[in-house]
Amino acid sequence: MRGYNPLDPTAALTGIAKQMQRCFRSRYNPLDPTAALTDRLIIDQIGRSSRVIDLGCGDGRLLCRLRDELGCSVQGVELDHREVIEAISKGMPVIQSDLDRGLKEIPEQSFDFAVLSQTLQQVRHPQELLNEMLRIARRAVILVPNYGHWWIRVQILLHGRTPITGSLPYDWYNTPNLHFLSMIDFRELCERMKFKIIHEIPIIRGSAARNAWAANVRADNALYVLEHA
Amino acid sequence: MTAEIAPPDGSDDAQSVGIVQTQFVRLFEPPSILTLESGFQLGPINVAFETYGELSADRDNAIFVCHALTGDAHVAGKHSADSRKSGWWDGLVGPGRALDTSKYFIICANVLGGCQGTTGPSCPHPETGQPYGLRFPFITVGDIVEVHVALVKKLGIDKLLAIVGGSLGGMQVLDWVARYPDMIRSAVCLASAGKLSAQGIAFNAVGRRAITTDPQFQNGDYYGLDPSKYGEVGPRAGLALARMVAHITYLSEASIERKFGRDLQHSDHLAYDLHSETEFKIESYLHYQGKRFIERFDANSYLYLTRAMDYFDLAQRYGSLRNALGQTEARFLITSYHSDWLFPSSQSREIVSALLETHRHVTYLELESVFGHDSFLLEIQQLEELVTPLLRETYRRYRKTH
Repeated sequence: MRGYNPLDPTAALTGIAKQMQRCFRSRYNPLDPTAALTDRLIIDQIGRSSRVIDLGCGDGRLLCRLRDELGCSVQGVELDHREVIEAISKGMPVIQSDLDRGLKEIPEQSFDFAVLSQTLQQVRHPQELLNEMLRIARRAVILVPNYGHWWIRVQILLHGRTPITGSLPYDWYNTPNLHFLSMIDFRELCERMKFKIIHEIPIIRGSAARNAWAANVRADNALYVLEHA
Repeated sequence: MTAEIAPPDGSDDAQSVGIVQTQFVRLFEPPSILTLESGFQLGPINVAFETYGELSADRDNAIFVCHALTGDAHVAGKHSADSRKSGWWDGLVGPGRALDTSKYFIICANVLGGCQGTTGPSCPHPETGQPYGLRFPFITVGDIVEVHVALVKKLGIDKLLAIVGGSLGGMQVLDWVARYPDMIRSAVCLASAGKLSAQGIAFNAVGRRAITTDPQFQNGDYYGLDPSKYGEVGPRAGLALARMVAHITYLSEASIERKFGRDLQHSDHLAYDLHSETEFKIESYLHYQGKRFIERFDANSYLYLTRAMDYFDLAQRYGSLRNALGQTEARFLITSYHSDWLFPSSQSREIVSALLETHRHVTYLELESVFGHDSFLLEIQQLEELVTPLLRETYRRYRKTH
């Protein structure tokens, strides 16, 4: 299927790439937003008894832990109807809303933390959402995939095509991911928007690796805590 | 407290509450009569109510249902085996339903100023024995709530697991939370608002004008020898007209189009005859709704209750919505409906904002339905999916911590 292509002779290296893919199958791991590990990383950023809003809260699992483990006062926002009902079933307060349509009904500075996990790359206007997050909350906790990871670079170089991996099982035309950013990209955006990065935590193969060497090449994901400068 | 429930075999539907009866209680007997928000005093007040399910030994499973403008205490079940109609929210109340009568004790009462058993303008004035008519004192949503609260206390209940209501019923829910923040564990407010919009007041004004300009209105003193038969006398045409206008506001453009379109009622051809008042199906439908309404509703009650709605403005009364709603620990479920233009979603969002600002526990959904304002009465399954887990979780958590 991906044989010699006059448009891109390097695509003939597909065979080699496939070999590499087999060797390094688990090399690139965007975190599953539903994984317990993801929750742990986020929970570590949040202070006891604080007021937290989770944007894209799913079934409210993270909020449940924040309430029970840290005594937080919590609020969820979720678009999917089934997930909203799941969250209600866990006793979580949740507002059904599309993040692309803004957070207008949420008053200014009504939360200590606004959490956005593996979603920023999927919204239509990431800048507006970041602004909204720091309007409604004092701090924003954001988990994003790092598309600067070396495995993705290798894939693009060899195939000349949008990378498809086990963890990114989408074709370019049906992916929920609208924006592809690296850690460098995100930092630059924060600088331009005058957000202060309080914490930047690269996540390499599932573990937090603060101050990691060559993080933009090695990290699958990165967690940021932002404030207004 | 036991409900008036027939044995299960008395019903053809296992999830129905079966045969029920309206009960009556007399509250605010002199000298402890009710001082209304307007400053007038009223008492005694008879209250018509129905209950379903059983009150738990701890008295912690009671849910109060607040009815809308023209509803009554008969939420669920039938009044007799051969009644054709069930209660107005029958699909929501019953064993295994959202307001599960095998777990919860459900109460609903006719509102103060109404005409379905609770003291209102068609009732005799205690001094003269003649119907109150327009001598009935001005009432507000707050006064309605005060009577509900007195009923709940009379039933030996201090705290409610939930209060539930849509439209004017939702206003009662909000007012109740503002007045008695510690009495409520969860509040379900559907297709409602913290105040009636100017548009809402406008439609009410047209309805009242239709009644008061009817020559049969006679300044409200139209009752015959039996005032309970208000449907046979008085401003029948005016009241029917008021209902026709109001009924349009409960529908949506899409639902009218879908149900009726431009279909004709009696013929395939236009008649070119101005005397034909029910030529289109939608006309015929509205006339029918008006006619049915005057059989069951008193025009004076319509005047009083629409005015109570007009006056409802929580923010104005409490300084702000935050002040009104920020005092309670109750969990809120707020819903609005996409096609509802009488109580648009923006009004529900105002309530949600105030609750978030005061750090309350709030769940909000704008639901899809074509039925306009009436959606909350019709989309039972949609509502059940939300109300069932809310009540279960609220009840579970409450029982665990007490």
